[in-house]
Amino acid sequence: MESGKTKRSGTVIFSAYERGAAIKKALSLSRNDILFELKNSGLKGRGGAGFPTATKWMLTAAAVSDKKYLICNADEGEPGTFKDRVLLIEYPELVFDAMVVGGYTIGADEGIVYLRGEYEYLIDSLNDYLEEMRKDNLLGENILGKNGFNFDIKIFLGEGAYVCGEETALIESLEGQRGEARNRPPYPVNTGYLGKPTCVNNVETLATISHIIVKGSEWYKQFGSDKSKGTKLFSISGDCERPGVYELEWGTKISEVLELVGAKDAKAVQVGGASGICLNSSQFDRTLAYEDIPTGGSIIIFNKSRNMLKVLKNFMEFFVEESCGQCTPCRIGNVKLLEGIKMIEENKFTFKQINKLKELAETMKIASKCGLGQSSPNPFLSILENFKDEIFNHSGGGSYA
Amino acid sequence: MFVEEKTGLIEEIDKLVAKYGNTRSSLLPILHEIQKKYRYISDFAQQEIAKRLKIHPVEVYSVISFYSFLNSEPKGRNLVRICKSIVCDMKGKDAIVKALERELGIKIGETTPDKKITLEYLNCMGLCDHAPAMAINDRVYTDLTPEKAVELVNNIK
Repeated sequence: MESGKTKRSGTVIFSAYERGAAIKKALSLSRNDILFELKNSGLKGRGGAGFPTATKWMLTAAAVSDKKYLICNADEGEPGTFKDRVLLIEYPELVFDAMVVGGYTIGADEGIVYLRGEYEYLIDSLNDYLEEMRKDNLLGENILGKNGFNFDIKIFLGEGAYVCGEETALIESLEGQRGEARNRPPYPVNTGYLGKPTCVNNVETLATISHIIVKGSEWYKQFGSDKSKGTKLFSISGDCERPGVYELEWGTKISEVLELVGAKDAKAVQVGGASGICLNSSQFDRTLAYEDIPTGGSIIIFNKSRNMLKVLKNFMEFFVEESCGQCTPCRIGNVKLLEGIKMIEENKFTFKQINKLKELAETMKIASKCGLGQSSPNPFLSILENFKDEIFNHSGGGSYA
Repeated sequence: MFVEEKTGLIEEIDKLVAKYGNTRSSLLPILHEIQKKYRYISDFAQQEIAKRLKIHPVEVYSVISFYSFLNSEPKGRNLVRICKSIVCDMKGKDAIVKALERELGIKIGETTPDKKITLEYLNCMGLCDHAPAMAINDRVYTDLTPEKAVELVNNIK
């Protein structure tokens, strides 16, 4: 496994940062100043859902309680996503500093990192890092001399459940329960971990906050597109010469990404991981931005040799396994979609059946309880639509070569 | 289970309850450590944990059955897990699995007769930029070839 720092460059997240700087700066500001900076930056949650981060912090800050929690969602389970792994290995200071800033802003004294079980090999170095922070009074009591501000962070290991990336399922898991999503409302900002107001932020969201606090929201806003401010980390893998984590401004075109990573023979790009959408080459001029293709940052590239039906089958097998089984649309819907794929594979389908399955997929998007079932039909719908010639029109007449 | 095994397990559980506390929130950390040490969580362990957290044993079983890293049935002493998510699949996971199956004489999902190794699939490990990847117990290995994977597995003591 890789170790040590790779030389990375980027305008925001991978720009220079001095450990503890965000904490120092934040403690010299009022809570309202911090919330204003965050709101002005336009930062949205980087896990994929894109909820405005400032609103989340404001709601948790406004909640009245003797105890609040700030949770870092490091349950990065979306196939094709590995940016949080890189942040936690190479830039833990960005993530943990922002947690302390968050604790100060929302009035929490306890932070929890929910680390996916697959990343257990990171836990020792992360705990060592936290210990260093305690030694330097970046964690603990009266942090950096700020009277009455106490905050500490502990790491909690997940046990291999994709659905726990959903924030209420994550909270259930922290409470020692099965990771099943909760009904909302109430939202975690009011009734979260152990019934207390809880703010759950993605690893990358936190890493971005550290830079915004130090350099200001105006600086941050100069990057990105009109409606999507700042930059985003992209986990790029598949058929390309240089897979890895890249920091790109919002508004970057798919074709520019392909150029950057050396994907010369691409016929398909899956944006947003298994639960994202799959584009064909006619759509490569589309942009990565909230106003066009919003994404948690996974980009998987497929070259001309790949069988897209097989790709789709891999995705749907994943969802059938990872559906928690709590709600019917997701539990049964994913199984039915997978059956449909097998029917196509064996050439034992009618278009009437396929159209019914597409209707089912639309129903799942509306009727599923959490993000898993709401997004798992995405690859089914987009691959069958964008690659229909490859999948359905192979045989009989025409110019298939 | 022999009496001394039971005593050892009880001591271990008591130690973990003292470390994490006897609240429901301690359940996953306690199960994690028992799983890690014994490679499964026996009925007896489930009952003893439930007693200390003041919950019904079936609550413990319910949680174990939900999470893919927790098992209520014994497995091999070593867990070899190969990532089967899309990128590892594209980068040659099948060849690795076939080589390991051949070498160990078992199919994926099975345990060697001497209980030394269990071979399993795993969903995305977040190592897609270094695919194909696998985990042997708590360590991960990347950029594998069938040859390299077999060598790693043969080196397991």
